[in-house]
Amino acid sequence: MTKLIPGSETAARIRAALPDAELEEAADWVVVDAPHLVAVATFLRDDPALDCRYPTAITAVDRLDHFELVYYLSSLQRNHMLILKTRALDHEAPEAPSVVPVWYGAHPQEREIYDLMGIRFSGHPFLKRIFLWEGFAGHPLRKDFLALPGGQKPGLAHFPKE
Amino acid sequence: MPELRTEPLVVNFGPQHPSTHGVFRMRVVLDGERVVDVEMAMGYLHRSMEKLAEERTYTQNIPFTDRMDYLSAMTGNLAYCLAAEKLAGIEVPERAQYLRVIFAELQRIANHGMAIGIFLNDCGAWQTPVMYMLREREKVLDLFEMTCGARLTTNYMRIGGVSFDIPEEFMPQATALVEELPDRIAEYEGLLLENEILQARARDTGILPADLAIASSVSGPVLRSTGVAWDIRKADPYCVYDRMEFDIPVGYQGDNYDRLLVRMEEMRQSVRIIRQALEQLPPGPFKTDIPLALRPPVGEAYARIESPKGELGFYLVSDGSPTPYRFHVRSPSLLNLTPLKEMTVGQTVADLVVTLGSIDINLGEVDR
Amino acid sequence: MTPPGPLAPWYDFRDLSNAVERLLSWLSDIGPDWLVYVVSAVIGGTAIFLFVAATAVANIWVERRVVARIQVRRGPNRAGPWGLLQPIADMTKLMQKEALLPRAGDPVVFLLAPILAFGPALLVWGVFPFGKGMTFVDLNVGVLYIIAVTSVTTIVLFMAGWSSNNKYSLLGAIRVIAMLLSYEVPLVLALLGVVLFAGTMSLSGIVAWQHDMRIWLFLVQPLAFVIYFICATAEINRTPTDIAEAESEIVAGYHTEYSGIQFGLFYAVELVNAMALGAIAATLFFGGWWLFGLDRWIPGWMIFIGKVYLIYFLLIWLRGTLPRLRIDQLMAFAWKFLLPLALVNIMVGALEVLLWVEYDLSAGLVLPVFSVVNLSLAVLLVVGWMRFMAFPFHRLPSRARLVHDIPVVAPGAPAGGAA
Repeated sequence: MTKLIPGSETAARIRAALPDAELEEAADWVVVDAPHLVAVATFLRDDPALDCRYPTAITAVDRLDHFELVYYLSSLQRNHMLILKTRALDHEAPEAPSVVPVWYGAHPQEREIYDLMGIRFSGHPFLKRIFLWEGFAGHPLRKDFLALPGGQKPGLAHFPKE
Repeated sequence: MPELRTEPLVVNFGPQHPSTHGVFRMRVVLDGERVVDVEMAMGYLHRSMEKLAEERTYTQNIPFTDRMDYLSAMTGNLAYCLAAEKLAGIEVPERAQYLRVIFAELQRIANHGMAIGIFLNDCGAWQTPVMYMLREREKVLDLFEMTCGARLTTNYMRIGGVSFDIPEEFMPQATALVEELPDRIAEYEGLLLENEILQARARDTGILPADLAIASSVSGPVLRSTGVAWDIRKADPYCVYDRMEFDIPVGYQGDNYDRLLVRMEEMRQSVRIIRQALEQLPPGPFKTDIPLALRPPVGEAYARIESPKGELGFYLVSDGSPTPYRFHVRSPSLLNLTPLKEMTVGQTVADLVVTLGSIDINLGEVDR
Repeated sequence: MTPPGPLAPWYDFRDLSNAVERLLSWLSDIGPDWLVYVVSAVIGGTAIFLFVAATAVANIWVERRVVARIQVRRGPNRAGPWGLLQPIADMTKLMQKEALLPRAGDPVVFLLAPILAFGPALLVWGVFPFGKGMTFVDLNVGVLYIIAVTSVTTIVLFMAGWSSNNKYSLLGAIRVIAMLLSYEVPLVLALLGVVLFAGTMSLSGIVAWQHDMRIWLFLVQPLAFVIYFICATAEINRTPTDIAEAESEIVAGYHTEYSGIQFGLFYAVELVNAMALGAIAATLFFGGWWLFGLDRWIPGWMIFIGKVYLIYFLLIWLRGTLPRLRIDQLMAFAWKFLLPLALVNIMVGALEVLLWVEYDLSAGLVLPVFSVVNLSLAVLLVVGWMRFMAFPFHRLPSRARLVHDIPVVAPGAPAGGAA
């Protein structure tokens, strides 16, 4: 079974290598601050014990006042997985550093996040919209796209019988 | 001697093309017949499923998952149901788990039959291998239709089990199919794999080195063809795969021929798994009762399976309401396309088409 | 070739020219010479044209049914009994479609290309001996005429590809020129081997030589037949060498932009060219209308058409089973494999003919010996040259290797290199 490395262990290893990275720990994941993302990512890839050379999934969640970027990283040789998160704090024009220099697999996933969420990745070699055309107004997966003020979803206000 | 002035030719392998496996566009810069640059443009089949899924309950989202990878709908359903069960903490009865394994492996046989046939169609064998491979696919689709009423977009798995139990005529027909398939696969291997022209076309073209594959999040038969032995059914077993005896085929150098070999052999291993699952199938309930509007606790979950295209994962975030807060699909076809440029630069146009065919993408999954 | 003497009855359809000879002899009695000439030309030309058109239409059905059978399905069986009216349905459909004209291309060249493509396909049928004495024009340079006429196709296909103003068509046109030019050379050299033995380039002369020597030229020059067959398959753009119209790569190559009856003409040309290949092979290598004396009971032209259809079946078989080669592989095959073989074939053939003439040996003694020598030489050369030139794919593994458990590195041990 793939072992999910708990947040505390990941945080301890990151602190040992990069003491000035600001971390928040949770049970399953570690939140790192955006300026240290690339350094932490490089450490996670190159550390022989962690060896996270395989980026399983990179995605983003709109948390209404900030964006949260989620990185699921795994190591094929050691068969473990760990979760790294970071926050893009500005909700209007969010920015985050790109991890494409660390893992090439981030290339289409970051383009998708830019296209659908609007997060600009600095350092991405080819940041263009991937699904929608250039000139599309807005970023669809944001909670306030086609939504009522305050980010509330239209429809399905309550479900019958429950 | 004066330099010959040449101009690169920009050709659009446009959205409408017989061999792009759907509406997929590649803007190819050619120098004569050699490929200099490939730029991919996708999104012609973007249906905003991730946004739509945020407006519907967890059970209402199951039909969306059929239509993403529409050629392997069972595995799409399965990955989503596993993610929702992980999020909500629901246990699945054993009979349902065995049924899930049987249908996922049947879907793998159907998908790989189609994939190999279409790959040979791209190589130029005018639909003859497709017609042969589709014979078995028709039998598999008959089994699907018998069980859940649909051949392609099956909508079979439910959160907590499967939607219908297998009818009486399923077992004899499935057993007959499982008896007949190894001979058929041997016939296809004998007809196809030793063909000189196929070897001249498919060997040493579209080579993907193993470290580039790992860095590019490539998964599935494409990753296994490079020599990396990684299969989620073995590494992170779900349902009852840890009780099944099977091997995983691994290729040698990541060229198109290796991908063909891996897919052929995977069909045979799927037959093994189905045979064991049919023998071990226990009686019992095939689904659990879940509320109509399932409200999972606040949290997030990521569940992944080995779909015929690669690692299909669903990332679900719940905020306690009946609808998911975030529904993200880790699509194997999109990520398998990441190294397409590195795989095809320096080769000819013919190899570009053959390489794209061997990666076996499905545009419904790439674009969602 | 008709022996002089009393004319056979006109209804003797074993030799179709009997009826025509009757008519012409009656005409020459009553009219001037030029009228006889014109009437005979018109009759012959019309007969050839009708034959070609009929086979083009019939071959649509033949090809679709045979390819379908190879593909484990039935083929067209709805339009008429056994689908026999399917070609009529196809032709009607194509004729009533709009023939699109790309505005930015060259409209005159675009419209001319399909018509000019049909020209050589029709012209080449004029020199075949359909039976004893049934040749439309018995040229004494028949083989040279055939080669010259079929080479016109090259420039016509390029006209089609260039005038379409479409990059796919341009790619198809470029491939066509490269391929057709390079496959001309071994084709001519292979046919030269036949001419060496027969001593004449006239097609009816070659059939007469085979008739007199009681042997098929296929047995005397097997390597020439193989080389000719492969080169001619490439010349008419059929699978496995149909890169010019490779559907899966460049949509339809040089005829991407054509629709309607223009496309129908290209399609018919492909079918007629396949039959022409069969006719050339049947005449030069398999004895044409002569089949070891069987032509006393079965008319010669029936035997000829039967042989043509057998070779056409072989072409359909290849189309149904083989995938396509890439352009650089095709060029390498023509220049590095077929051309040396053709040259060696000519050298050996010339040596044999020289020995035969110099020492004035009898044909019955010499020809079987030559056949055996040539057959074994053909096998040796093909196998040996293949060993020398081709990549030994059979030494590489052709099954995937099976791994039972994922190799997991223990937490303490150092990780390896790539995976």
